[in-house]
Order: sequence, then C-alpha cells, then structure tokens
Amino acid sequence: MDPTLIFDRGRAGRRGSTLPRMDVPPKHAMPTTLLRPDPADLPEVSELDVVRHYVNLSRRNLAIDTSFYPLGSCTMKYNPKSHERIAALPGFANLHPLLPQLRHGGALTQGALEVLFEFEMLLREILGFTGFTMQPLAGSHGELTGVMMIAAWHRSRDDTRNVMLIPDAAHGTNPASAAIAGFEVCELATDPDGNVDMADLDSKLNDNTAGIMLTCPNTLGLFDPNVTVICDRVHAAGGLCYGDGANLNAILGRLRPGDLGFDVMHLNLHKTFTTPHGGGGPGSGVVGVSDVLEPFLPISRVEKRQDGSYALDYGHSDSIGYIAPFYGNFGLILRAFAYTITLGRKGLLRIGENAVINANYIRTKLAAHFDIPFDRVCTHECVVSASCYNRYGVHAIDICKALLDRGYHPPTMYFPLIVPEALMIEPTETESKETLDGFIQALIDITEQIKQDPESILAAPLTCPVRRLDETAAARKPDLAAPRSR
Amino acid sequence: MKRFTEEHEWVEIDGDIATIGISAHAAKELGDITFIDMPETDVEIAQGDVLTVVESVKAASDVFSPLSGIVSEVNPALEKNPEVMNESPEHDGWICRMSRINTDELSGLMTEEEYSDFVG
Amino acid sequence: MPYIANTDDDRREMLAEIGVADIDALWQEAGVSMPQPDFAAMPEGKSEYEVIRYLAGLADKNADNLTGFLGMGFYDHYIPSVVSEITGRNEFYTAYTPYQPEASQGTLQAMYEYQSAICRLLDMDVSNASLYDGGTALFEAMMMGIRTTRRRRAVLAGTVSPIYRKMIQCYSRNLDIELVISDSSENSADTDMAALKTLLDDQTACVMVQYPNVFGSVEDWSDLIAYAKERRIITICSCYPVALSMLRSPGLLGFDIATGEGQCLGNNLSFGGPYLGFIATSTHHMRKLPGRIVGRTTDTAGETGFVLTLQTREQHIRRERATSNICTNEGLCALAAITYLSCIGKEGFVELGRLCAAKACYTRDELLRIPGVGVAGQTAFFNEFVLRLPMEAAEVVSRMIDKGFAAGFPLSRYYPERKNDLLIAVTEKRSREEIRAFAVAMEAVLTNR
Repeated sequence: MDPTLIFDRGRAGRRGSTLPRMDVPPKHAMPTTLLRPDPADLPEVSELDVVRHYVNLSRRNLAIDTSFYPLGSCTMKYNPKSHERIAALPGFANLHPLLPQLRHGGALTQGALEVLFEFEMLLREILGFTGFTMQPLAGSHGELTGVMMIAAWHRSRDDTRNVMLIPDAAHGTNPASAAIAGFEVCELATDPDGNVDMADLDSKLNDNTAGIMLTCPNTLGLFDPNVTVICDRVHAAGGLCYGDGANLNAILGRLRPGDLGFDVMHLNLHKTFTTPHGGGGPGSGVVGVSDVLEPFLPISRVEKRQDGSYALDYGHSDSIGYIAPFYGNFGLILRAFAYTITLGRKGLLRIGENAVINANYIRTKLAAHFDIPFDRVCTHECVVSASCYNRYGVHAIDICKALLDRGYHPPTMYFPLIVPEALMIEPTETESKETLDGFIQALIDITEQIKQDPESILAAPLTCPVRRLDETAAARKPDLAAPRSR
Repeated sequence: MKRFTEEHEWVEIDGDIATIGISAHAAKELGDITFIDMPETDVEIAQGDVLTVVESVKAASDVFSPLSGIVSEVNPALEKNPEVMNESPEHDGWICRMSRINTDELSGLMTEEEYSDFVG
Repeated sequence: MPYIANTDDDRREMLAEIGVADIDALWQEAGVSMPQPDFAAMPEGKSEYEVIRYLAGLADKNADNLTGFLGMGFYDHYIPSVVSEITGRNEFYTAYTPYQPEASQGTLQAMYEYQSAICRLLDMDVSNASLYDGGTALFEAMMMGIRTTRRRRAVLAGTVSPIYRKMIQCYSRNLDIELVISDSSENSADTDMAALKTLLDDQTACVMVQYPNVFGSVEDWSDLIAYAKERRIITICSCYPVALSMLRSPGLLGFDIATGEGQCLGNNLSFGGPYLGFIATSTHHMRKLPGRIVGRTTDTAGETGFVLTLQTREQHIRRERATSNICTNEGLCALAAITYLSCIGKEGFVELGRLCAAKACYTRDELLRIPGVGVAGQTAFFNEFVLRLPMEAAEVVSRMIDKGFAAGFPLSRYYPERKNDLLIAVTEKRSREEIRAFAVAMEAVLTNR
C-alpha cells in the first residue's frame, strides 16, 4: 500500500496537543495588513495519530539498533543508551545559550562550561593537539573551520599562496570546503599501493602550496606509512597539513595525529565518539590544532580560572571569528564526553585495535570472493571490488540490494571513486565475531547466487518496504513537497 | 557541415547560424540525463567556455562551446523533457543555436569520421 | 572493555584467520610502526552509574529553574512529550543518511513531510532537508544569491541578529564577496528602510533581512522587495517560524528565499545546539539549493517511495564546484520539527501564536507601568520587544537573576549605544502570575537602585 503522508491523515478540526489557557487579554501588536490570511496548512491529527504514524515510519528503517550497519567511512558503532538519559537532564536540555553572556551569567552555566573545558582537555591528551574548538556543527563544517584557519595563518604572514593539495581518493567535502575558504584545489594521484603518489606530491609542491588535506587513514582504509614524510615535505614547502579525521576510529588509542605532524584535524563526534547519527545528523566536527594555529581558533573559547571556575573567553585578536551561533552542538559534545570518561585510559587503548581486527577479519574472509584492489592489511575498513561479477551483469549496487534481503545494511558503495565497483566495509569495534561471520556468509551466499541465478540478484530487494526506486524520474520531475490538497 | 570536439560536443553550421549539442557517445556515457542548465540567450561565449552543465542521476558534466558566438536560441524541448537528449542527442536534443560565429574556428574540430575514430 | 564485544579468545581466533601472530604484528603490517602512546593523563574509566552521577551533578550546577524571558532567536517553547518519544525511536536515531533508500523509507518519508511542512509554513515551493542552524542557512542563502546573479555585493540589514552577522562576516572572509551592513538608529527598533534601499544597486546580488527583526519588530517588507526586484536582486528573509503562525509568510510577501532557525519547533535549547537551519525557495531556484533534498518517486512495482534527489548539486559529484560544502543535515532535529508541527497542528499552531502575542502584550503593558520604563521606537512586534530602562540593562538583568528571572537580553552586548535597552521574549509557557511577579520584581530592582 502507498505510504500515507501525515498530511493525509486525520480530518479538519482534529487536535494533537493541549496548550496553556489564555489567561491574559487576547491582544496582539501586529498590523492587520501583515497578518496571515489563512492558517498554515499543517496536519490535523490526534496525538495517537502522530505517534502511530511516526512509530510505523520508523519501522521502515534499518538502523544500528536493528541490524549490522557496516557503512564504510561512517563508523556506525553502537550508541550507548545512557547518553540519551544524560542529554535529557533538564540542567543541560533546557539551558539557554545566552545565559553566560549575561553579567554574572557564567555562574549559571558552570556545569555546561565544565563539560566543554574538560572534554577539550581529554581530547588534547587523546589526539596530541594544543587546543580545540568545539563549535563546528558537522564534519564538513570542521573541515571548513580548519582550512579557514590555514588561510588566516597565511594571511597573517602576508603570504598569498592559495593552492590546496587534495588526494583523488578524498571525500568530496574536502575540495568543496577548500573552495569556500578561498583555495584552489590541486588533486594528488594515488600510487599502486593505495598511498599518496610521492612523485606527484613532489612535482606539485611549490611557492603556491598553502597546504594539504589528508584523510588519515585514507578513504581506502589504508594507513599511509609516508604520512610523517608528507607532512614534513608540505611544511618544508611552506604549507600546513590538514588531517581529515573522518577515519579516526582506526587509530583511536593507537596513535596521536598531533604527533604525526598534522597542524589541524577535525573529528566527527558522531562517528568516532559515538553520538547518534540521527538519520543524517546532527553531527559535530570539533577541530584540534597545533601551536601554530592555536591563535586562530574560533571564539568564544572556554577557560578555567585560577579559582577553579569556568568562563568564556572572547579575547583572541587573531581568531577567525564566529563559525557557529554558540559553543557547538552541545548536546552531542555532552554525549561524546560521557563516552570518553566511560572508556577511560584502558578502554581508549582498545578502540582502534578492535576496529582494525574486525575489518581485517572481513577482508581476509572475503579475499577469495571479491577483487581486493589494494591487497594489504587495512585499518578500520576494507574496500573490495565487485568488478569480478560484472560478467554476470551484476554490479556493486545489486549486491547491496541483495544484502538488504538478508537483513544487513549494505556497505558504502561506489566510493572511493578510484576503485571501480567499490564496496567499502567498516564493521567498527562494537560488533562481535558472530555478527561478522553472519555478514561474511551472507556475502558469500550472494556471490554463489550470482553465479547460479544472476537475475534474482537484479530483482533484489524483495523484502524491504519498497522495491528499487526510480531515481531518474525523481531528478527529472522533482516532487519535493506534498501539494496542498485539503 | 557537422564538426565534433574532443570534449564530445557537436556543431552544425547552417548559413551563419551554428547549432550545438552533445554527441550520441557522450549522451550514452552520461546515462539517464535529468537536467540541462540551459544557457542564457544574448550572452557572448568564447570557444572553449562552459556553455552549460548536463546532469544525470550520478554525474554533472560541463558542455564547452565549440565556437565563439552569441547564444541566439535555446532548445525549449529540453527544459521540460531532458530525456530528449538521451533519445536524440544529435537531432531533437540540440542545446542551443549561436549567431555571430567565427567559422575559422571550425578548422580545429573533427569531422564525423575523425570523431568516430577518436571515440573508437 | 566498555562496548567491545569480542573476547580475548575471539581476537586470537580472528588474528589467526588474518594470518598474523598478534595485534602488534597486525599494526606493523598496516604500516603503523610508531610506539603506542601511554595516555598517562587519561583517567581510568567509569561505570555507567558513576558517569551518570557525575554528569547529573554538573547538570545541577546549571540554572534551568529561572523564569525565562530570554530569547533573541532562541526560544523556550513547550515541547510535547511525543517529540522525544519519536526522536528517541532507535530506528530513527541510530540510522544514518539514507543512502540506501529501500532501507530508509522511514527517515526519507519523514524528511519529505518536514520539507512539505516548511513549504506550507513559509509558502515556498521547495525546502531542503535542513541545514546546521539559522546562521549557516542565511549564509547559504546569500551564496545562492551570489551564484544566481553572478554579482558579488551582498547587503545585510543592520537589524539582522548580530550572531548571524558575525557568522556571515567570518564565512565571507576568504571569498570574493563585498558584504555591506546597513545602519540602524539607536532610537529605533525598526529597520531604517531608506538607508537599506540606498545600499541596493545594480551590482547587488542579494539583500538579507530578518522577520521579525532581531529587536522583535514586525515589519512590512513588501516595498523593499519590490524595489529589489526592479534591480534583479535576490531577496532573502531569515524568519522565526512560530511568528508565522500569525504573520503573513515570506512567500506571500514575495521573498525569493526564506531561511531561519527551527529550534523553536520542538528542539531543546540545549546550550546552543544541536539546532535546525531551514531554507526554502521557489521552483525557479530549486537546483541552487544546498544540502540534502528528498523527493517522492515510484519503485519498480509502481509503489510510492522516497529517495535523496538532485544529488548532482552535492560534493560527492561536484567536489569543489558543489553548491555548498554542507553534506550533513540535521535529520533528528528536522524529525523533531515535523513531529512537533504535527502534534501542535493547524489550529493549535494559530492558538500558540495568539498565546505568545497576547502574553507579550501583557508583559509589555505591565512593565510600562513602572516609572521610567519606556519604549524604544518600535511600531509592531510578535512576542519579543525592546524596553528602555531607567538604568543599565545589563545590571538590571544581573539583579533579576537573584530574584529568579532570566529577564531578557541586554542589547548593549552587541549594540554598545543601547546601554539601557532590554530585549524581552515571552512564550506560551509564561503564566499571568509569572508575568505579574516579573513586573513586581522588575519594579523593585528599578526603584531600589
């Protein structure tokens, strides 16, 4: 049956909420010419209608809490339930962000400021950076913040260099962020081992090099053993090194990116620090910096005074300014802080290693069934290619749809772009060996089915709420909002 | 007279008017075309400038002008039905017409046979 | 280890399958040869109970019990219990971006409904599936204006929130954009329309205004819009959605793009985020919209379904030429907004607006009875207004905290010349008794100086 929209439920006059009574004279102070001629055509449904509608919609999703979700480059690890309880505490959930900007208002938000400050202290220790900003509201916002600081650093030295080097395997947000920070993008090739092509790098380093944006480990799930050499060469050429922390989970507790030579890096709290992905956000892209970039961090920053109290500090004349309305996505920072203090030192030491064992286990078990474009030990995710099944008329997307019928969320497909028919599998450390074994077996079963009955794979999925959707029609004749019918 | 570019555009000259589109080969490579960002009329374009962008579900591809000139007319059929570019890329799926062209520029372009060898 | 399933036996078996002796050998082969740091400054881990106790203690150090009249773009509206029940559904909050539409119809349909509700509220044709916050949404709208017109001058009304102004200044720093901000008079809470018009010329890409403006003033933008349209300038409105329960929508006024902060639609204040940026426009500008967009289509069996669409605008295809660098939306916050709007409903939303407007009028009238309290050049307002106090507003607010009130926002923080001006917001949550108590406390502060 066609999915009914919330607008098509209920009937005129039905209500789903109660409001406080009108206990003052019913006046208003707006000119009649500016009043809305008709009320906005919102749903007219009961509270039960709303609940049933959205609970039933939720059942049309796969999620970490229902299924193994090895979406590469997204770190779909388990989201601890205690975090939701903590974020809902009224002292956090109802706290107005302008309170600390009132005179003596800092005293009203000491708990929240302590969270921001103490989380920064832990991140400094975990990642080896000198300072952090909690403000970036998503990963790509963190990228933008980072490259804007690089731009500010060059400007402070009256240097006009403006070329940002970005490997061809990078996420598309890297070049897009660099462009908004005013840089020209120069692409770097990947060598046959999946690392940055050092000859290509050397040929492109010059007086115009502003910096490099390097995903570490890279989007092939590989740790580039030359990373410190690359950072050294970019520094020698007069540029700075941006680390894209999208894949940080691989090395969490094993390495400190600040020690590798990166000047700045964003982390995705919704990946590495397990804040919920929420169906596509909100995210949080906090950014760490080395000494050179510390003066350029956005304002405000949280400081701890000698008396042990916390305060907002706006006095940084070199700061790039205000990249968020307030102090970042506080609700997510709070959850990430809870996660970090739960882990503690010993827990931290085990994150990356378990993520890496799980990914390599999958890689090893799949090696006989798929092309492995870069056949070496990977980090937190492995990239395999479905090219070998093209002769049956089957592509990566078909294998993904067949996985849906077996109850698994598929891996990331067709990324990175430099691997044809890519399937990028990231299991994360929170999954057990049995879960991985089940997933591996499902993939192997699918490859058998491809050989015997490729048509049946092309028909998948059959067990989802819908069959394959017509994306071409969606883009040719966009239907982006329900017409007002009632 | 029809000529092709290495970027897979075609241009056909009729008197002092040029008609421009993308080759059948290019249309096939792009897959299902969903949108063509039509060029503005009366705008002067130099050879090699971006004339428009053709979008398919998973790609966005620049179309470069094979000649210098002024855009005099765009194909109204493509705005409502971009699929025409897949169905008839070198006839009904033309993108625009240009006037005040410089026919000297044609010498750098390929003939139909040369282009067919080029995409081989 | 917290949240790690595999036992030592599991790991041993897996390492054997991989073909390495131990974890150190695995790291070596992965190219990671540097020594593992000891993280000596990291504290030992805590149990769930200990973590909750510690953080509940921190929550208790925050003042969530003040009677609030603080707004300035971020409002204390009541959130029905249904909202957190729905956003807390595991299938919504532990899913990711709906890259596999067949496995994400719940999120996709909810986002389509969100887009539809935003369009209905704003009277616009198309909305995206949300942006980070109202400030980034306004910046993205400005960039749409610049790309559409291929002009580089952007004009921002001086009565747009200074919080957004500072963000846009920051983002524009490295771009070839001339950002011009109109003057506003310290003796008026309304926009100086004449001054704003003089900044609009044939080289101007877009003009950005706020509705109601940062001081709460409700203004008729029709004339300015007509003036801008004659010069082919893109008109952009940052608006407060709850005010649109009563006010003529940006679409009806004729704006090209409407943006704003959707926190007020069912999202907690949460000390600054996560919030919800919305952006909507006409069909004409649809393909220049940034961020994710959900479309309705059909599946191979002819059934209705939903997909992410118009993806060629985005970074994974266009890379440095994408319409924006934003790929995340605020999925869960947008879900909260559609759940909230469904619950409040068509009639309830109008009633909500009337409550806010009436309580604001009542509050203002009560405060104006206090000797020395005056107005600050404000013609019309919805639920937020400026009063000029007989003493420094920052000091008044500080003393009111001791009496249990968050009395408003002293405008001197962003407008130094407005030393005595206090911005006061009133929502449906404030009862007549609270408002009277507020007036009494305020009078005590103002007379016992």
